[in-house]
Amino acid sequence: MIDDVLEIGKVKFKSRLLIGTGKYADDSIIPAVCDSSESQIITVAMRRVDFNATTENVMDFIPKNMQLLPNTSGARTAEEAVRIARLAKAAGCGDWIKIEVISDNKYLLPDGYETIKATEILAKEGFTVLPYVNADLYIARALVDAGAAAVMPLGSPIGTNRGLKTREMTRILIEEIKLPIIVDAGIGRPSEACEAMEMGADACLVNTAIATANDPVKMAKAFSNAVKAGREAYLSGPGAKSNLAQASSPLTGFLTEGQ
Amino acid sequence: MSFYNICAQYDEECLKEQLASKTETDVKHTLAQEQISPEGFLTLLSPAAVPFIEDMAQKAHKLTLQHFGRTITLFTPLYLANYCTNRCVYCGFNTKNKIYRSQLSYEQVESEAKVIASTGMKNILILTGDARAKSSPEYIKACVEILNKYFPSVSIEIYAMTEQEYASLAESGVDGMTMFQETYNEKLYPVLHPSGPKHDYRFRLDAPERSCKAGMRVVNIGALLGLDEWRHDAFKTGLHAHYLQSKYPGVDIAVSLPRMRTHVGHFEQTCVVSDTEMVQNLLALRIFMPRAGITISTREKAEFRNNIMHLGVTKMSAGVSTEVGGHAKAEDDSDKSAQFDISDTRSLTEMCEAISSQGYQPVFKDWEPIFGTL
Repeated sequence: MIDDVLEIGKVKFKSRLLIGTGKYADDSIIPAVCDSSESQIITVAMRRVDFNATTENVMDFIPKNMQLLPNTSGARTAEEAVRIARLAKAAGCGDWIKIEVISDNKYLLPDGYETIKATEILAKEGFTVLPYVNADLYIARALVDAGAAAVMPLGSPIGTNRGLKTREMTRILIEEIKLPIIVDAGIGRPSEACEAMEMGADACLVNTAIATANDPVKMAKAFSNAVKAGREAYLSGPGAKSNLAQASSPLTGFLTEGQ
Repeated sequence: MSFYNICAQYDEECLKEQLASKTETDVKHTLAQEQISPEGFLTLLSPAAVPFIEDMAQKAHKLTLQHFGRTITLFTPLYLANYCTNRCVYCGFNTKNKIYRSQLSYEQVESEAKVIASTGMKNILILTGDARAKSSPEYIKACVEILNKYFPSVSIEIYAMTEQEYASLAESGVDGMTMFQETYNEKLYPVLHPSGPKHDYRFRLDAPERSCKAGMRVVNIGALLGLDEWRHDAFKTGLHAHYLQSKYPGVDIAVSLPRMRTHVGHFEQTCVVSDTEMVQNLLALRIFMPRAGITISTREKAEFRNNIMHLGVTKMSAGVSTEVGGHAKAEDDSDKSAQFDISDTRSLTEMCEAISSQGYQPVFKDWEPIFGTL
């Protein structure tokens, strides 16, 4: 397991759990959540960052050793996402960007076409681009061509805690796409993160399930353990499944006896 | 087809009958569903749902937590002017009321902005009376340009405009609009708004839709609770929000729940809305529209506002003055020209402490202006 690292844009990470900064009752809990989650990548919505803060600001609570992943929450078009990404970079938030382009505020489903356009522009500008998309093979392939550093399919719509509803489509992405597949959105329980990792997802991003738990620090730890367990199970190669029971005393065993 | 056609399907008699026909079984059935229909929303607003308020509260709390987390976004209103050409019988700005009328100069707007910004406030809602000749779209636009230097989010609550005017304001940096229909009762509406541009029910009713078409990011609607039978107005407000959310998925649709307050003038309120009824309205709306923003203003008392933070509210005003220039003005200089009396007079700092003490985070900034950036 020593060499089992997650590599995104030439940067290597030991942890495969990405976390967020939204929805907490108090941002001051973020360092403890980072600590217990052991996460090394944290996403933050640029719309919430106060660049001229005179009072407390979410950025004050993000440990400096973590990879900052600004996101473009609030963008409705590729153009808006690109502007937010450039603003984040100009504000000193680095050149990693999670593209979120959403123009349906009821279900918060990502717009694949606009996401691909934004990814292409920003990748050419040298950004490490992690796009949040539907679990769709064609979109994922286009993102590979556009220069994405990873693909982040949703497990179910943002903030719903409904789990891995896109299981089959995500499995296809895992099989077909050579970039890291990070299951983003909808993961509500550690067991669901574990399931995604067992399937072979490279990582999971979890925000709502941790931030809205009664004890976010303990829940972050639970997710950390679940992601590790799922990864170890995947690497161990689980035994094959069967719809039929495998009899311990087969009735046709005599046919092969003596061979 | 505009919302007018949908609204017109529910006359007051029909609503009265439907509300009265709802049963305990209907409420239980509605609460068991994951997503509810307009019919279910009506059920939760009905008298039959009153004994189920705690069940509704549990559901509303969970939905709000899931979609918004433990956060309350803060904003404050800035009154640019109180000149008005309307005679709304319940409003302190009524043209017949003898109050001191004024309008901020651009220098005064900047002074107000500096005072408000120094408190840490980031979201500003600008208001005027309905007097185009005084508070023209050009004047408002110029004020927005000043305010954009201090606040990442500037919204408007002004007279109803055309789509082109909304588009022009959106381009200049306005990211949200609020429009209260006051009452959706088409027969009562002209009685309450006897003259002035606001007399035009249909032009006001369609204003939120025009602003959606014009590219506003957030559109906030509401009825002034206490003008008519609250269940009727609450239902039509929810229906209006649902219509806008379905037709304009790119726009954040929000709802305010203002209750009638005392003001300069004499309006005999016939429909008093109790605290329990306010809560029922809030809970039904949250369950019907899980993703909609819900605003509660300082019209409500401090204790009530503290208690309802857990029930679905996502946005609150704080540090409020409803007087023109009231933020920069010394307290003893008050000229009694406010639109209405506020109940929660807590400062922004006190409001933040109250929000934190309820286990919630006060959010100052929730929008990064995209226009005019890199």
